[in-house]
Amino acid sequence: MTAAHSAAAPLTETGALLSVRDLRVVFQRRGEPPTVAVDGVSFDVAPGQVVGLVGESGCGKSVTSMAVMRLLPDRGVRVGGSVVMDGVDLLTLSDDEMRRRRGRDLSMVFQDPLTSLNPVIPIGLQVTEVLRRHRGMNKEAARKAAAELLERVGIPDPRRRLDSYPHQLSGGMRQRALIAIALACRPRLLIADEPTTALDVTIQAQILELLKELVRETGAALIMITHDLGVVAGLCETVNVLYGGRIVERAQRHRLFTTPRHPYTHGLLRSIPRLDAPPGEELPAIRGSVVDNLPWADNCAFAPRCPRAVERCVGVSPEEETTGGRLLRCHNPVPASAD
Amino acid sequence: MTATWLDRRRSRIDDLAGGRSLGSEALRRLRREPAAIAGAVIIGLFVVVAAFAPLIAPHDAAQPFPELQENLRPGSIPGPQPGFPLGSDQLGRDFLSRMILASQQTLLVGVLATLIGLAVGVVIGTVAGALGGWVDTVLMRVTDVLLAIPSLLLAISVAALAANPSQTTVIIAVAIVGVPIFARLLRGSMLAQRSSDHVLAATALGVRRPAIVMRHMLPNAIGPVIVQATLTLATAILDAAALSFLGLGDADPGRAEWGLMLAQAQAYLEVRPALAFYPAIAIIVVALGFTLLGESLREALDPKGRR
Amino acid sequence: MMLRFVLRRLVQVIPTLLLLSVLVFAWLRSLPGGPASAFLGDRATPESIANLNRLLGLDQPIWVQYFRFLGRAVTGDFGASTITGEPVMVEIGRALPATIELSVAALLIAVVLGIPLGYVAARHRGRPLDVATVVGTLFGVAVPVFFLGYVLKDVFAVDLGWFPPSGRQSVAVDATDVTGFAVLDGIMTREFDASLDALHHLVLPAVVLATIPLAVIVRITRASVLDVMDSDFVRTANSKGLAPGTVRGRHVLRNALLPVSTTIGLQVGLLLAGAVLTERVFVWGGIGTLLADAITLRDYPRLQAILLLGALIYVLVNLLVDLSYAIIDPRVRLS
Repeated sequence: MTAAHSAAAPLTETGALLSVRDLRVVFQRRGEPPTVAVDGVSFDVAPGQVVGLVGESGCGKSVTSMAVMRLLPDRGVRVGGSVVMDGVDLLTLSDDEMRRRRGRDLSMVFQDPLTSLNPVIPIGLQVTEVLRRHRGMNKEAARKAAAELLERVGIPDPRRRLDSYPHQLSGGMRQRALIAIALACRPRLLIADEPTTALDVTIQAQILELLKELVRETGAALIMITHDLGVVAGLCETVNVLYGGRIVERAQRHRLFTTPRHPYTHGLLRSIPRLDAPPGEELPAIRGSVVDNLPWADNCAFAPRCPRAVERCVGVSPEEETTGGRLLRCHNPVPASAD
Repeated sequence: MTATWLDRRRSRIDDLAGGRSLGSEALRRLRREPAAIAGAVIIGLFVVVAAFAPLIAPHDAAQPFPELQENLRPGSIPGPQPGFPLGSDQLGRDFLSRMILASQQTLLVGVLATLIGLAVGVVIGTVAGALGGWVDTVLMRVTDVLLAIPSLLLAISVAALAANPSQTTVIIAVAIVGVPIFARLLRGSMLAQRSSDHVLAATALGVRRPAIVMRHMLPNAIGPVIVQATLTLATAILDAAALSFLGLGDADPGRAEWGLMLAQAQAYLEVRPALAFYPAIAIIVVALGFTLLGESLREALDPKGRR
Repeated sequence: MMLRFVLRRLVQVIPTLLLLSVLVFAWLRSLPGGPASAFLGDRATPESIANLNRLLGLDQPIWVQYFRFLGRAVTGDFGASTITGEPVMVEIGRALPATIELSVAALLIAVVLGIPLGYVAARHRGRPLDVATVVGTLFGVAVPVFFLGYVLKDVFAVDLGWFPPSGRQSVAVDATDVTGFAVLDGIMTREFDASLDALHHLVLPAVVLATIPLAVIVRITRASVLDVMDSDFVRTANSKGLAPGTVRGRHVLRNALLPVSTTIGLQVGLLLAGAVLTERVFVWGGIGTLLADAITLRDYPRLQAILLLGALIYVLVNLLVDLSYAIIDPRVRLS
């Protein structure tokens, strides 16, 4: 590892399954100034580990996952840095080599289960096509395996469901089917991008529980992308908080929730309604929105919205600092004893 | 999801009705669009030529010239010569002057046909959309049937009603093709707005319904209507030319209109193909101009706004 | 399930057809001089008009007249052509195969060229090939059909002599008439030279008639493919690491062609209108020629029949498209 990377020292020292280093994604549309969606993001995922990427919409968490999967369009997008899995930088692979890995070594579950399934072909085919592609199964074997998969993700009457079309399933069942597809080839890394956002609250818990079980059972690592800290609390071991395309804080789940240091994390946690709060107490919210962001180059992007902003926050870009397993990017963090 | 073909034909119109208004954002996008610029330039030139046609034309377009007429005989129409850059037409008149003057009539036919179709369509659509209920059902059933007749067939049957075809009958026949389209468009826009916040707010404030329709709902439908009208201008000019070609155009030999000139030139194709060629090119360019501008406008107003 | 869907669709067409008949009836009543003089044409005298009025029941109440008209229309009785004196339906029956042959050939050209072109343009979105295709489609719609017909005829038939300038068959080829479909007849009677000759005649008019539908199909295919390529399920398909061919065929094309299939139905309207113009240029002798003559000579019985028939074909073809849509789109079939 080079000196430039030392600031992003991995939490897991050795044997990372996935190492993302200095990932940078720039969108360039004709006639418009380029937008930096992901700005030097680095993190590691150990085998079997559950890692969270948390932030509000536009913070770059989904773009990060798309960049890791290499699903961003070729044109109008520049991707820099490295995404190393099994000692190979995925960003340097040819399209064909990447296609052989997707769905087999790493796979993804998306937000909207209705639009993420092909509406005009049966569920069964959408499961078997992965098995046949990556595991070379014949039709019958793949169908049998698909039925088992559907059963495993909790879809009742799986044999019949193989011939159903997506619109005939409920939202929760569709998301289960998508999970079955993603886990069909037992990938070692699963990326779940807001997998519960489009679902009813009661279904959300079931899907999270299912994901948790399956990850434990198959030994796959999971990158959980969400804006919902509740999801993080129940699932993730390590949590990365993203703001404006950069990681602003990273810590073990427990430490992040008990002693958030970055004012943004602090604000996010405080804006969750609590049952033990006295009635009538005002719910603290983070002021403003992403549109107020400053460029990271000479500032802290969060400064305009930050209650703890000091003079240096505008004019000097805060660097990542790692102390005691916690990464922080802030000039004036919340004192460790606060809250 | 059980859309029928007619539903889908309707929905293409309704989609437009749900688009955003012609705001500064849309105009800003248009200014960067080469297709929109090209269309606007073509239409601008066309309108300027039409407006100043009598001043631009080098000669009197209605007047046969002896020096052209004396060379006019069966099987030979004089070509370009000093003073007459495009030569003579079949009656010994200056072809260039007639081409220039014809821009006026072509613009007139296109604009009038579109405006009449628009006016009738807007009234039907507004009434249907604003009143709803059985009025809406009946009016929309009728427009659906008009949509179910292929447009040129509809125009032909209307034009054929006249014992003697004239420019007026051509304009009316072409206008009728536009009526059901504009009616659906307006109705869709009205329906979309009936439940919109600003209309609900006006209703809650006790503003009377006609006032709401006129002041709040109609102005918001203007964007999609402009798009459809621009596209209709292109098809109106082409449909008028087709009617002339089928012998349903104006019979007056003095009238100069591109579609008519193109139709009349059929008889002289062997003798002087230029007589057909120039009006045809003029029609193609103008139709292209309106289509380019109309399609760019549609894209600028498209709520999806990706292409 | 499927049967109920078909029946429901059929029932839905009935009000449209009824309303259409009312419109045509109203149209017939508003003809210059009334239906009687329209039917009689130049032969009309005040006595003959009064006579025919009684014969046609025009002295009856209007609703009685309508139902009589409807009864005749349903049985295909549209009277005799004022040009030839023959029953209109006989004339139409004779001319229909020519028009169908021409329209089918044009539609084939439009579909076979249009879908791949639209797909390729979408794959090259924003690049020169795409821009050229889009500009081409805009031109295709802006060129008056009959002008294009004359230009192609002049270049490829008159100047180059590659194709015959007009007609459906060469006189020299002694073809046997079985069905009226010249190409098919040649195959059925094993007079293959007649088939080839008919195809040779078919090329130019079919190309001309195909231009507008081709332009429309290219544009719809392109827009539809772009739409689908941006969709979530194609992203899912890519995230599964499927082979590019599988993504394209099973996921992109299969969805993108759904809206295209409806468009093909809508093209039939354009084909009917275009056929009128094309047939005139190439002296084709089909429905378009009948219609053009009927317009020139104000043959209203013939006009009325062709108008109704045109709308009927349009409605029925689109009904067929709807039904086939149900077969390819499970959401329609199963809902």
